[in-house]
Amino acid sequence: MGKTIVCQCEDVTQGDLEDAFEQGFRDLESLKRYTGLATGLCQGKCCIAHAARFLAALKGGDEAAADPPRTRPLLQPTPISCFAGPEELSASPASREGQK
Amino acid sequence: MRDRADLVIIGGGVVGLSLAYHLARLGFTDVVVLEQGYLCFGASGRNGGGVRQQWSTEENIQLMKESVQMFRRLSSETGYNVWFRQGGYLFLARDAASAQGLEANVKLQNRCGVPTRLISPAEAQRVVPGLAPAGIQVCAYNPTDGVLFPFPAVWGMARAATQLGVAVETFTRVTAIEARGRQIVKVVTDRGAIATNRVVNAAGAWSVQVARLLGVELPNKPYRHEILISEPLKPFLDPMVSDLSDGTYFSQTMRGEICGGVSDPAEPSSMETRSSLRFLERMCRAMVRVVPTLANVRVMRQWAGFYDETPDGQPILGRVDEVDGFIQLHGFGGHGMMLAPIVGKLAAEWILRKADHALFQRYDLGRFKRGEVQKETFSIG
Repeated sequence: MGKTIVCQCEDVTQGDLEDAFEQGFRDLESLKRYTGLATGLCQGKCCIAHAARFLAALKGGDEAAADPPRTRPLLQPTPISCFAGPEELSASPASREGQK
Repeated sequence: MRDRADLVIIGGGVVGLSLAYHLARLGFTDVVVLEQGYLCFGASGRNGGGVRQQWSTEENIQLMKESVQMFRRLSSETGYNVWFRQGGYLFLARDAASAQGLEANVKLQNRCGVPTRLISPAEAQRVVPGLAPAGIQVCAYNPTDGVLFPFPAVWGMARAATQLGVAVETFTRVTAIEARGRQIVKVVTDRGAIATNRVVNAAGAWSVQVARLLGVELPNKPYRHEILISEPLKPFLDPMVSDLSDGTYFSQTMRGEICGGVSDPAEPSSMETRSSLRFLERMCRAMVRVVPTLANVRVMRQWAGFYDETPDGQPILGRVDEVDGFIQLHGFGGHGMMLAPIVGKLAAEWILRKADHALFQRYDLGRFKRGEVQKETFSIG
């Protein structure tokens, strides 16, 4: 049987998830941290659903145990230069308020 | 879950787990560690992994020297590779006061056997390719400081402690601590109660809430501290770089990402963990000022954790006046990860009366009432 890839960015396989589960990493937050799953360029958009399904199966169909990890910004990788402009051009009102 | 224990540690972060691990190594394994979330849920899983010996007090320098040696051994001891990489720490001073501070610190560090050197901005460019020298007066560089990957440090200590006989219970929230007079009798959790006479409060940003369960008020305040990480790059950056003018710090992880944060004097005390655009902008500006070519690098992700801050910037370690057997190990600010190995070891020796360490008197909660406070001035971020 071939390998089943769960996370393409970080090259995490179904076997990796099973190993991690064996080691005691039995929630998605922990699986993410242990395998690197969902921490690549797609930031989980392509893999979290697959990982959740595999985890639910490993837990014996317990879908509730596979709540997705909290989504973190950014929506997509964005160059530092986009946020590093002069403060007076800042996109963030909070940023200007903080300068008082 | 065990229903009784000689000692219950509240908080499965790196401090609590280091204590559990070192207690177990000394043969004391009737210990339960209670973690409210998954391992790495709190600040131990949210920090930048910096480990430095560049401090402004002899005591902290000596403690951190020990921690560095312990981190060098930790991977082989625990079977988890913590990716500890001694690429150094480079501090940048942009004004006369910071430059003088670095000068004094370097002398003290050298007396303690830490090989920190003051170097010119031109020399610093050889340590950090692409560093913009404009406006930098002087730098302090210690090549033996380093960076590690926090997750395996936490998992490794948890597994090593578990293998020696300690119980580590995740997703277990403490709801009450029962006492009879001055004596603790029971820790109650949402998964059952544990009869015990001794409790260690190693709950980081949640320490105030834990102490309150026994009517003990702590002066600690939690502050959100944000951090970001870039896409992976070819390895090019050896040290952790820290700009003293704004509290920026960043380093390159073993996966190639640039990871770091920046101080925010306007951040109020809170239990907020959401990410802010304000941080993203301030950090990106700060990084580009230090290494302009980073402008082309893409940010992948940002998140937040807590600094558990005390009034004097030093941790709270030791007993309390109000209750017997209630030991405090918290208030580590942004330095819990780097201090955890040595503080866990010393605390284990002190709790088991194998050795007496002055630390646990000098840094007890009572110091704020006694007025014996010596501030550590060299806190970053």
